[in-house]
Formats: sequence, C-alpha cells, structure tokens
Amino acid sequence: MEVDRGAMDCAVDAQSLISMSLMKIHSSRTQRGGIKLHKNLLVSYVLRNARQLYIREKYAEIYRMQQYEEVMAVCSGIQELEPLEPLEPLEPQGAEDAEPEQPGRAAGCGDESRAAGGREPPEPPYYRSCCMEDQFSQNCNKTTVLDLDTHVVTTVENGFLHQDCCCAAAAAPQCAPGAAARKRKVDSAGCSPDAEEPSDYTAGRKRLKREECSGADASNISNLISIFGSGFSGLLSRQADLEQVCSKQALASLGAWTRAIVAF
Amino acid sequence: MAADIISTVEFNYSGDLLATGDKGGRVVIFQHEQESKNRPHLRGEYNVYSTFQSHEPEFDYLKSLEIEEKINKIRWLPQQNAAHFLLSTNDKTIKLWKISERDKRAEGYNLKDEDGRLRDPFRITSLRVPVLMPMDLMVEASPRRIFANAHTYHINSISVNSDHETYLSADDLRINLWHLEITDRSFNIVDIKPANMEELTEVITAAECHPHQCNVFVYSSSKGTIRLCDMRAAALCDRHSKFFEEPEDPSSRSFFSEIISSISDVKFSHSGRYMMTRDYLSVKVWDLNMENRPVETYQVHEYLRSKLCSLYENDCIFDKFECCWNGSDSAIMTGSYNNFFRMFDRNTRRDITLEASRESSKPRATLKPRKVSTGGKRKKDEISVDSLDFNKKILHTAWHPKDNVIAVAATNNLYIFQDKIN
Repeated sequence: MEVDRGAMDCAVDAQSLISMSLMKIHSSRTQRGGIKLHKNLLVSYVLRNARQLYIREKYAEIYRMQQYEEVMAVCSGIQELEPLEPLEPLEPQGAEDAEPEQPGRAAGCGDESRAAGGREPPEPPYYRSCCMEDQFSQNCNKTTVLDLDTHVVTTVENGFLHQDCCCAAAAAPQCAPGAAARKRKVDSAGCSPDAEEPSDYTAGRKRLKREECSGADASNISNLISIFGSGFSGLLSRQADLEQVCSKQALASLGAWTRAIVAF
Repeated sequence: MAADIISTVEFNYSGDLLATGDKGGRVVIFQHEQESKNRPHLRGEYNVYSTFQSHEPEFDYLKSLEIEEKINKIRWLPQQNAAHFLLSTNDKTIKLWKISERDKRAEGYNLKDEDGRLRDPFRITSLRVPVLMPMDLMVEASPRRIFANAHTYHINSISVNSDHETYLSADDLRINLWHLEITDRSFNIVDIKPANMEELTEVITAAECHPHQCNVFVYSSSKGTIRLCDMRAAALCDRHSKFFEEPEDPSSRSFFSEIISSISDVKFSHSGRYMMTRDYLSVKVWDLNMENRPVETYQVHEYLRSKLCSLYENDCIFDKFECCWNGSDSAIMTGSYNNFFRMFDRNTRRDITLEASRESSKPRATLKPRKVSTGGKRKKDEISVDSLDFNKKILHTAWHPKDNVIAVAATNNLYIFQDKIN
C-alpha cells in the first residue's frame, strides 16, 4: 500500500498508529453504551494499514541486513586470504532512509538477492534469528502486542521477539529480558553489528515456543473482530482466554507483560 | 452540560414544528409562531412548544451493558388529525409519541369539586352537565407505542415509509421493517451479519425509505457504498437492486482511507430522483439511474485531508456529519468544524460557509460568509486551519421543507436562520 506520507501532518509512524489504535480499542470497552462496532471496525482498518506498512518496512530492513551479511561473508572470505587487510564493515545501505518503500522495488530486491546467492553464506550466530527465518514467506505469523503499563508495542513473530535480533546490537550490554520492553524504532536498522558480541547476544535472546496463532493473514482483521464477537457477550472471558494463551507461550516468562492486548 | 448536546434535528412535514433530541434523552419541540400582524415583513419565530423525556438510561443485565438514552434520530409522521406524531429512537428502542394540545377543560362535574375532592353524594341535590371552559394551552406528549428488543446492535437510522403505515429501523448489521400499529413483531429485511464475525468487513451506517415508492429503500455502508433495495423482489433484501460505488482514487490512499470513505448520512431528494451521501470530507449527489459514480461532488473541508492523523488522534475523524436538501432540491447543506456549516447551490455551483455562533449572529443580523485559508498568506477575516476549533462541530442541520429557514445545531445550542422577506 502506497502511503502519501508527505501529506501527513503529525509523525505518522506506523508504530505510533498501531499503539494509538490499540489504545482506542481498549478504551472503547469501558465507554458508556457498549462497544461501538462501527468505530472499532474503522480503527481495525487503520491498525491493519499501519501494520502492513510496518511489516513491509521490517522486510526492507531484513533485506538490508541480509545484504550486509553477504558483504560481511565476502569480506571475511577476503580476510582469510589477506589477513593483513583491516576489516571494513559496510553500513547497511539506506539505514537511515525512512522513505516509503516502493512495492515494486522491495519485491525486485528480494528476487535479486535470491538470484545472487546460489551459495549459502556462512551464518554468523547472531543473525540466526527470527528475522532471517522465512523472511520471504507470505504467511507471517506475527502478533503485535501493546503493553498497557509501559505503552510499548512489540511484535512477536513465530514465537520469537524481534527486538532481540535488531535492537540488541544497538544496546549490546543489555541483552537481558529487559531489552524486550524497549520500544523499537524503524531506523534502528542502523545498528552496527560489528559492535556486538555474539556470545552476549545468544545468551540474551529468548527463544520462545512457537506460537500457534490461527493464520494471521495480513489482510484479515479476523482475530481482532472476534474479540468483539456477536453481541459482545463474553468479551471479558474472551480477553482472559487470549491472555491465557499468550502466557502459555512463554510471554509470561518476561516479567514485564502484565496486561496486554493481543491483536491479530 | 453534556446532556444538553443536541443529537438530532428535524422539521415536520409542514415545517411548522421543529423537533430536537439531545444526549440526555430529551425531546424539545419548537413551533413556528404566526407572523405578527404589526410586523408582517418578518417571519414568525420558533418558540418552545413542548418538552418531554423520551428515553431514559437503561441497563442490559444479560450483557452488562449500559444503554445510552441519547436520542439518535427523530422522524415525524405525516399529520392526520389534530395531534402530531413522531418517532424517536436511542440505541435500542424506538418510541412513537403523540403530541396533542389541550386548551379546554371540563368544569362542573357532579361528583367532584373543582379541586378534585369527592363530593358527599348526599349533598348533591341537582345534576348539571359539565361544560368545556377555555384554559391555558397545555401541550402533552404521551408514548403511544414502544418498539423494543428488535436490535442487537446500535440503531443508527429510522425512516417513515411513504405508505404512512410502516417504517424501517437500521442498526450496524440489520434493517427491520415495522408496522406503526404493531410493536411485538418486526420483519428483518436486511441482514449483513456474516456467519463468522471475524469476516466482518463493513457495517450499515444509514438507511432511508424512498419518498414516493414505498417498496424502495437505500442503505449506506462504512465502505462508502450505497445499496438500493426493492422489497417486492424478495422478503429478505440481502441482494440489492442497485449498487452505488465510486472507484477509489489510488493516488489519495492513506492510512485513513477506509475511515474517510465511510458514509455517515444518506438522504433522498424530495423529488426522489437523486440521493445525497456524506462522507468525512465531501458530499456527493447520486442519480438513482447511475450507479458507477456520483453526478456531483462537493468538497466540504478538503483542507482537513492533511490533518487526518491529528483528527484520528483526537477522534474527530469519527464524527458523523449529516446533510440535507432544501425544499426544491436546488441546494444542499452540511456541517463542519468551528461551528461552520456549508451550503452548496447545485445550479450555480456556488458555495458558502457560514458560522453559527452568538458573536457572529445577532438577531436580525445578516450572516457573514466565512473562509478558511488553506495555505500561503492568510487574508484578513480568513481563519487558518490550525486555529479551527474542532470541539465546535455542526453535525446536525435541517432545512424547512418549503421555506428558506434552516435549523443548525451547534453542540448544545440551536440556531434558526431564515431569509429576510423583502
């Protein structure tokens, strides 16, 4: 979806829209007169649109990471041959670039990298993570969660927390679970992996159990709508169910998650 | 007081009466005073005729939900005798009210005194016939029918049919057809609830009966489409006879495209040949014979397009503006922010922005046109977009069915403007 960002007045950051929308949905539960189906449906559309953009930007970031990884692999290959050459890590291209992605370009890049690499680049352990797994898959099992206490938005994909692979590099000393609560910014793609200690990262990263969400297709508002259900009866019990499900899948292992809304 | 916020405005068929409903469940009816003989060049004013409490807050124990008493819509019935009838609805219950005048009182009863005390039968020595004596005019409102328990979702529209016997009520997912005399039964004529609520993609936002063809009605959706249905075709009008949709302009796509394309009001023209829809930024006039695009589009406040994110943040983007036709269908009117309202002349294509506020409208004063400056240099008397007050919104307006008299609801104030007679 092309977004005319130039026309927006406030900082239309996909992430802030997501958290704003989730807050609206949450506060609608306590509104007088009951949940308004129409308004919440519209909010869920904004949520979907923001999420689509967010995911697209994430994929672009992943692609940049992968490009860098391949370059690094080549460099280390060169280094083996010429050990006296200093290692010059390249900045991931367009790391600070916050321009909207052209859909065609993203797709083209994906094809390009697949074509370029018949070879399997050696995988440095700190890149074996959720980001890399299945990055071109159309079915992305992501869950976006808003923590109502800290107002932090986090995406959980396939049971793995994204923050571990992307932000941990920028804050190397803190690879503890506390890092999970840090708000992610899209432009943190500029983190320089060479500053990172692979061992710290591996220790800090939480491997969560694979989450079994019912096919969260990006274009489907499904699970969110099911929260509102017909007649909105059982809403309270439904919320409790969702929270239970999440806690089973080891979100409870992160102490910061006390109350959260699970969307999608 | 929040309870005073006007939530609906409606003239009756003659234009003699104007009804308003508010958030507190009250209905206030204004009546047009006859022109004074001393000053025939001025139209009469509208004064309060009757006030009554239509709906009270209720509690649904099964769902643990409070039902708001706010009056969502009022629709008058055509007058058939001395009394006036109107339908008023909140989120769940529709009521038929009878408003009648009493200006005579019976006096001279045999069995009781003038103050109501019973007389001692042994004291009565003669019989007299009570006589009707004039009294101060009293206007009474009494609920004649209560149409309840037919809507699971929030009622957004009611519309009286041209047969004057039936009416429809619409909530987010269903439309029901009622007979005015029968309260324990209604027919469901539209049901867009999906089998699996997770597949829900649109809701019904407004519905209206055709002004002349009692078998035809339309309903609008949150996706910006309108469906016209014919009740003769089938008992359940899930399949539309006509489908009106304008293709989306892909270059204007944004995070909020779905919200701003949601239709907040749909109104047939008096002629029955056109209908008008209101979405967040524009008003569109459709010819019932052309489904693929509107015949006219009017921008109400296009300068808000770049502000959609803030308007989403402060919830203003969810405001539901109404629209209305004048009696001859030559002009249309709708509200905006900063207590501005807009009128569009369909023939000359001229438009005007006016303000409903105490400061700018002294009695008998002419309204001054307003302008919002959209960029660059702000001229004198223009208002910049950033200084618009988004708490002052005009959602409800009504146009007299025959004369150039308009009623504009600005939060908890009602403004009535009329043309000067020369």
